[in-house]
Amino acid sequence: MVDAELEDLLRPLAPQVLGTLLRRFGTEQFDLCEDAVQEALLEAYEQWPAAALPTSPQGWLVTTARRRMIDRIRSDARRRERESTQARLLHPLADLAPSERDDSLQVLMLCCHPALTRSAQVALTLRTVGGLTTAQIARAYLLPEATIAQRISRAKTKIKDSGARFPEPAGADADQRLDAVLTVLYLMFNEAHTASSGDNLYDVDLASEAIRLARQVHDQRPDHGEAAGLLALMLLTDARRAARLDDHGRMVPLDEQDRSRWDADKITEGVRLVQDTLPGRPPSPYLVQAAIAALHDQAGSTENTDWEEILALYVILEQLTGNPIVSLNRTVAAAMVRGPEHGLQLLDQLDGLPADNHRVLAVRAHLLERIGDPSAVEVYLDSSRRTSSIAERDYLRARARRLRPN
Amino acid sequence: MKFLILMQVDPDALAALTEDQQQAIGDGHAKFMAQTKESGEFVFTQALGEPNQTTTIRGRNGRPEITEGPFAETKEFLGGYYLIDVEARERAVELAQQIPDASIDGLALEVRPVMFSDGEPI
Repeated sequence: MVDAELEDLLRPLAPQVLGTLLRRFGTEQFDLCEDAVQEALLEAYEQWPAAALPTSPQGWLVTTARRRMIDRIRSDARRRERESTQARLLHPLADLAPSERDDSLQVLMLCCHPALTRSAQVALTLRTVGGLTTAQIARAYLLPEATIAQRISRAKTKIKDSGARFPEPAGADADQRLDAVLTVLYLMFNEAHTASSGDNLYDVDLASEAIRLARQVHDQRPDHGEAAGLLALMLLTDARRAARLDDHGRMVPLDEQDRSRWDADKITEGVRLVQDTLPGRPPSPYLVQAAIAALHDQAGSTENTDWEEILALYVILEQLTGNPIVSLNRTVAAAMVRGPEHGLQLLDQLDGLPADNHRVLAVRAHLLERIGDPSAVEVYLDSSRRTSSIAERDYLRARARRLRPN
Repeated sequence: MKFLILMQVDPDALAALTEDQQQAIGDGHAKFMAQTKESGEFVFTQALGEPNQTTTIRGRNGRPEITEGPFAETKEFLGGYYLIDVEARERAVELAQQIPDASIDGLALEVRPVMFSDGEPI
């Protein structure tokens, strides 16, 4: 079995094994359970390639993880408060059969516990549900391993102290917890575009990882509109990945992208998700964003894009979120429908964003360029000085250069 | 999001510090490092040699030219920096205020976003 296949087999099992241990030992043993799962995974990576695959990989992992827990408790005899746990651990192995149900969503919700900061939720989710090592997560975010290790260890302590139950009893805040899960996955997905894209074999593709986890959530809660919407939004955005940068790593705007390089399978799946989920449901933010992305992805060019429909969707999204960036995007869509002069008027009335915000300036520069106003050059340059993305800065500078005489 | 906190120093202000102030700055930095390490926000820090130890390589007539001494002709110089990874700029500014330099006249901290990173995580 090749390493990649083994990873594909093992990583989805990580939350299942942890779920089994947590059901038995409770979240007050969260750190012990989690460490034991990581050790069991490491042993599997070392032993399985050379031997026949166990009949039940999950059962093997549960048994091994449980043994590692016992080892730890025995070697740590000073911790008297764990003696009662030790007594429970010494029950027969049959006591700890792998759970029949899929625990990955429950583990996800635990990792996105409100007591944790967002960055701690993301790191813990990648390790516990994603089955990644601390070193892999550190590399993905270009941070020292010690920084990620500390975030994870702090997060585990907070979960232990939070009094959270596993599984969480069904209740009113279950939906809030699912919202937090979706936010964490969306953050993971968006950061994937800003984090490094090294060629290292062991580098983690955060976007693919976020999609994999969003798919798990959708599979478990197929009735949940926002879970479907987030998965669709990720697929429809990721579909354009190959066309987003040129061969020199420069940013290519949507209207200049080579659409033949878009991923047709991802588009088909994303569009189908939107079509299956949207009808008869109140509009919700991820779903509406996915519907907008679907319209872009299905268009042959910027000119053939259904901007009227996109504008209507942005108006809905603006009402739903009150987010000023959405208002700015609505302005862009309105300019596509009613012309750049109209867009410039709307820009002057825009609330919630300062006029020198780099995104506002970039939109203004594009609209000025479209009406042939030479001041577009200075506005592009002004915007380029205010962005914190190198790709965006270089794109805005190139845009200004293109308009300059000579 | 990664931010660099640059520690800008006026050498005269540094020279005028009392023994107690000097000690308090050292202790304050140790405390700051311990706290940001504990919170999982610390990435790394470095302190730099004084400006008179600088060699400047500048472009002149399309070629590198080497001179001793700093590039910028100002009194203030970069004494060192912290690289931190935080949720938002507001948090970076909040942390910068906890650095002891923030409470000493003649010393200043600049918070700037990191646009690009490469290399092995430490």
